[in-house]
Amino acid sequence: MEKWPDNKAWLLVLPVFVIVAFSAIIPLLTVINYSVQDILAPGQSVFVGTDWFKEMLQDYRLHDALWRQFLFSGLVLVIEMPLGILIALALPKRGWGVSFSLVTLALPLLIPWNTIGTIWIIFTRPDIGLLGHGIRSLLGITFDHTARPLDAWITLMMMEVWHWTPLVALLAYAGLRAIPEAYYQAAKIDGASSWSTFLYVQLPKMRGVLTIAFLLRFMDSFLIYAEPFVLTGGGPGNSTTFLSIYLVKIALGQFDLGPGAAFSLIYFAIVLLFSFIFYQALQRVGRGEKV
Amino acid sequence: MRGKKKIIGLAFYFLLLALPIYWMLNMSLRTNADILASFALFPTDATLKNYIKIFTDASWYMGYVNAMIYVAMNTVISLSVALPAAYAFSRYQFVGDKQMFFWLLTNRMAPAAVFALPFFQLYSTVGLMDTHIAVALSHCLFNVPLAVWILEGFMSGIPREIDETAFIDGYSLPHFFITVFIPLIRAGVGVTAFFCFMFSWVELLLARTLTVTNAKPISAIMTRTISATGLDYGLLAAAGMLTIVPGALVIWFVRNHMAKGFALGRV
Repeated sequence: MEKWPDNKAWLLVLPVFVIVAFSAIIPLLTVINYSVQDILAPGQSVFVGTDWFKEMLQDYRLHDALWRQFLFSGLVLVIEMPLGILIALALPKRGWGVSFSLVTLALPLLIPWNTIGTIWIIFTRPDIGLLGHGIRSLLGITFDHTARPLDAWITLMMMEVWHWTPLVALLAYAGLRAIPEAYYQAAKIDGASSWSTFLYVQLPKMRGVLTIAFLLRFMDSFLIYAEPFVLTGGGPGNSTTFLSIYLVKIALGQFDLGPGAAFSLIYFAIVLLFSFIFYQALQRVGRGEKV
Repeated sequence: MRGKKKIIGLAFYFLLLALPIYWMLNMSLRTNADILASFALFPTDATLKNYIKIFTDASWYMGYVNAMIYVAMNTVISLSVALPAAYAFSRYQFVGDKQMFFWLLTNRMAPAAVFALPFFQLYSTVGLMDTHIAVALSHCLFNVPLAVWILEGFMSGIPREIDETAFIDGYSLPHFFITVFIPLIRAGVGVTAFFCFMFSWVELLLARTLTVTNAKPISAIMTRTISATGLDYGLLAAAGMLTIVPGALVIWFVRNHMAKGFALGRV
């Protein structure tokens, strides 16, 4: 069914536009302004055009950080999306278990990100941490994310999956609960197996929330900063230096506001491009299924 | 048989989920020296010293109060502007609707580090520095688009025949929206409220940039434990345990709305 055409609907959107534009437009323009200048001292700057953009686009450390970032976000999506859906399907539908499950799922999400990194530093230490100690005594491996890149990646992925899978699960669960009972009854009458019920009833009905979960996880994992910065500081070596960590190194560590701003805008453009592609693709998948 | 497997799998997942949190609890009940000295599955000399410090020192506990004030403000603002907008996106076709919707989402995509500086300048210029409303407004940048997005998804799941029937029955749009429509999507409202709360609660960079003392939130105060003498892990863990409490209460209140979902045929 077509939506009702009515431009007066803008009135309903206007408050949102005003409140978001207030915080969105001026900072963006300011950052664009930084990116074309060489700021020598406060109030003293030279217009440099696109020099910073050229410099940043040729920076091999930025390229390395970008590939690392793609790998990280790719792993995050491949692990967290199916796991989150699986958890949502397994969660109880009524009774005290619902309250218990929802509150438990929410716990990791509510801890400030820098604290999560700090807790995991201790948690994974082989001498005094539960996980590190457990791995050492059960498997005989001394886990050390400060020395071995692979260990650093495994630790980060464990932390990331622990931290954010509940977000996917909560969204998927809310989406599942919004499916009217009648759909399940119809599926039952048709003699649908639980797999085909999932494929043809639950999954299409969850498309909206899963699109949100997918894009949120993509954006936030692509922009990740606090947790790896606290846990590994980008190391060992540069093995976990993701884009944000490198950006902060340039912009705030070296006080290079111009290159930092150019970097930010390139970074922003990459996230925007991929989000747009994913968004379009997920919309299309949904339309295909409805036919 | 399948049900049993499900429960065992779920229990196993919850166990893994709880382990880091248990470790935080464990650490919060020990002194820093004790944490760093040896591994202890259960704290041997459990102490509430860290919690007492937080509850007796205003510079600590005010952090929770400040954060709760601006997070509550943000959640209320986000929901009240996002509900009508989400309805517009889900029901109406208007000039620039798709572009507007995607533009809203782009506001979650900017890397925060460099953008924080202009935020400082902007909020200083309008004279809102170090106020709760400044942080609440700045968090609208990422929470309002999210709220619109989640709510739009839930609203689009509701057949438009329900609206049409209601309008034929003589409901006005605001009356229908508040008395019929919002109850129908209460699962979505519950989820949205929780997510706005959560993202505003854990955001650090903007909150730290826009506050000095009066509105400084707990997440920024916690970075203080990184001092010249090193990190006080015990104190940090206790503060971390306490940051969970308000959000857990929020989800406790919205849990029924999230779980009940959708009852068709209320009109």
